[in-house]
Amino acid sequence: MSKFKKKKGGEMPAVNTASLPDIVFMLLFFFMVATVMRQNTLKIDNNLPFADQVEKLDKKDLVMYIYAGKPSANYKQFGNEARIQLNDDFAGVRDVAAFIAAERASKREELIPFLTTALKVDSDANMGLIGDIKQELRKVNALKINYTTKKGSVFGRD
Amino acid sequence: MAKRAAPEVNAGSMADIAFLLLIFFLVTTTIETDSGINRKLPPIEESDEDVIIKQKNIFTVLLNGKDQLLVEDEIMELKDLRAAAIEFLDNGGDGSCNYCQGSRDPKSSDNPDKAIISLKNERETSYKTYIAVQNELVAAYNVLRDKRAAAIGEGSFTEMEANYKDVNWPGNKEKLKEKIDQIKLDYPQKLSEVQ
Repeated sequence: MSKFKKKKGGEMPAVNTASLPDIVFMLLFFFMVATVMRQNTLKIDNNLPFADQVEKLDKKDLVMYIYAGKPSANYKQFGNEARIQLNDDFAGVRDVAAFIAAERASKREELIPFLTTALKVDSDANMGLIGDIKQELRKVNALKINYTTKKGSVFGRD
Repeated sequence: MAKRAAPEVNAGSMADIAFLLLIFFLVTTTIETDSGINRKLPPIEESDEDVIIKQKNIFTVLLNGKDQLLVEDEIMELKDLRAAAIEFLDNGGDGSCNYCQGSRDPKSSDNPDKAIISLKNERETSYKTYIAVQNELVAAYNVLRDKRAAAIGEGSFTEMEANYKDVNWPGNKEKLKEKIDQIKLDYPQKLSEVQ
């Protein structure tokens, strides 16, 4: 009986993918805009701690970055203790003053009082190192500092 | 002249190209964190004369090498620190602070202007805990400043500061600045770190 005969060619119609490029482009533009190419290659682990009372650093070009943390997996030969990284290489506490001087020299003179030092320190580092860095910064009169943190609660997440 | 339709360009592979770029940017993206807790270090020159501060105006916070907290000679959990700091700062023991809502305990701080929080840590203290403690202490100040801002009818202090920085904010910035400075004077952030 022809009434119950299956229709010929009853496949699912193909999904229209014409708008797929649009969606992909949208995502692409988002990531293109949001991407910041890293200035420094980190040789250390840099897992920042969490805090919720944060303020934003407003001017990117007025920030000097000091990194600290223990050497990452590729640099195990430098030991397991937390170390300072300035620009692209490991540094000692004594190099901080020279680094600040170099950064200041590269900026316009009238901007120097507004320079902020951002400390990007791994959450597992101990305070001895930070204390030394802070002491060095005081010696060169770089008093504005910022402990860079991720936004989140200080409790719970470990 | 015979009209000829231009041959259509095949756009089928556009999605592939876009995907390629998308994946490249996805992989290289690191959303940089550029926010944190702002602090000001004390200048190095030491004044010779000793400033005499009454013991009751100092709120001592000690952090030992095992990340344990000792607040005013008592062991404390991190979660209780904020409330304790607020209670200390907002005490208003000498009655000169008419906006303080504390218990006016004569054994605690005189007024917010005199109240000093002293933070001491050891070399072995972990950075994470140190930041957590700093965060709680800053939070204590922020809570009090928010309260003060609400009292003069401005919402919250953080909102005021955000408005001040916002270029598109329509209100009167000079007046706002005055109010912000007043609140900062009412609850000055006196957080000293012992080396």
